[in-house]
Amino acid sequence: MIKYTNEHEWLRIEGDIVVIGVTPYAAEQLGDVVFVELPDVGKSFSQNDDMAVVESVKAASDVYAPISGEIVEVNDVIVEEPSKVNEDPAGEAWFVKMRVSDSSQLDALMDEAAYKEFLENV
Amino acid sequence: MKTDLKYTPLHPLHLSLGAKMVEFAGYDMPVQYPLGVMKEHLHTRTKAGFFDVSHMGQAFLTTTECALGDEGAHEKIAAAIESMVPGEIRKLKKGGLRYSVFLNEEGGVLDDLMITRPGREDLQGMLYLVVNAAMKARDFALIQEKLAGRATLKIADDRSLLALQGPAASDALEKMVPGVSSQTFMTMRPYEWAGVPLIISRCGYTGEDGFEISVPNSHAEEFARLLLSHRAVEAIGLGARDSLRLEAGLCLYGHDLTAETSPVEGNIKFAIGKRRRQEGGFPGAERIQRELSEGPSRLRVGVLPEGRAPAREGTVIQSVDGESIGVITSGGFGPTSGCPVAMGYVTAPFMDTGTEVHLMVRGKAMPARIADMPFAPHNYFRG
Repeated sequence: MIKYTNEHEWLRIEGDIVVIGVTPYAAEQLGDVVFVELPDVGKSFSQNDDMAVVESVKAASDVYAPISGEIVEVNDVIVEEPSKVNEDPAGEAWFVKMRVSDSSQLDALMDEAAYKEFLENV
Repeated sequence: MKTDLKYTPLHPLHLSLGAKMVEFAGYDMPVQYPLGVMKEHLHTRTKAGFFDVSHMGQAFLTTTECALGDEGAHEKIAAAIESMVPGEIRKLKKGGLRYSVFLNEEGGVLDDLMITRPGREDLQGMLYLVVNAAMKARDFALIQEKLAGRATLKIADDRSLLALQGPAASDALEKMVPGVSSQTFMTMRPYEWAGVPLIISRCGYTGEDGFEISVPNSHAEEFARLLLSHRAVEAIGLGARDSLRLEAGLCLYGHDLTAETSPVEGNIKFAIGKRRRQEGGFPGAERIQRELSEGPSRLRVGVLPEGRAPAREGTVIQSVDGESIGVITSGGFGPTSGCPVAMGYVTAPFMDTGTEVHLMVRGKAMPARIADMPFAPHNYFRG
């Protein structure tokens, strides 16, 4: 199941692990990504904490933790090749995998239909 | 969208090209086109980029101490403008242009500008000025105040300004305006294009060969569309304009140069004429002459981060011992360099190329070095 935040992140739920990335809309808004900084594995975040940094030619943007939890894996592919974030934001360019600490936070996020509607009103 | 935004005559063209628009200096301007900042930057370095810079301030300054074309008319208008800038304007060749700066009484930079001496005999005593969009209202008011009784200023808001930059710029423009390809760097010539008077200067702000074309507003869009129809030419937004000028080591006023920084500190000593260094006679001459002889206490330098994280404007520069020694004034990713590039001010002991410093990015000290500029070599056409 895929969920979305109003900060344009997607979360693919795989049991108590979620894979987190940014949506194609976010990738387009960021512009050409040239640098990605990801958190260390083992680090814990509360929902809405600054979790990662994405920089384009133009500017730096923070990526927020969409839920509370602990980082269990990060995607070094996008650190090595930041342009992947523009090429395949919904697939190969996932950011982190997190162990969910409060699954009720997931229930409050948008499903695909709700996110599509949200995008139309951005 | 703010309703009080100003538009250049090319605004409809930008929208039709699918530009992403942002507010800049009170204007609704294209920050990027569908190509995107990275590709726009690289296209300009390898082919030709078209820029709308009509938001910048164009004006003609004319002496009132004698008639245009009179013997000594240029010397009169040169003396007038030299009371505001440290550049050598008196000996500027006919049809030549020069980069200079308006100074305040403390020798701080109020704006940077281009000053052009016309080539035509009957226009001696006139100068063509191009100043920054954000500063133009204040610059023009200051000129009118300082030079009252010596010169009149005619603001050329009936003219648009287009830039064509890159190695293919000369060939592309030659097809529309025969003769421009023989013009050398930092010269201006008047042309007629289908009966429309053009002022074409071989200059720009990307580090590449190129031109700035002043065209009447009435024909700006037609001229721009014809330029863009050339297969080597793409429209380029302000995003790539900024990364191009940063790689070229060129200053952005209000960031790399301010009312607090002198042209010596700003590392633009070339904007101060040799005769003027001796004679003075410009605002803040005392400080500037002292800095020229003793060296400035701080200097604008290139900074190359060793890692891959860009250091943005405002990033604190520390010595390797953790002492604060300066600040980044422009920084980002250089698409041609393929790495982060930056410029900033550091205090005297840390100015030398190769000096190791730390950049404080998100609370962490990132290793970097003081580096020579430009980061991408200049490709000017000197004939």
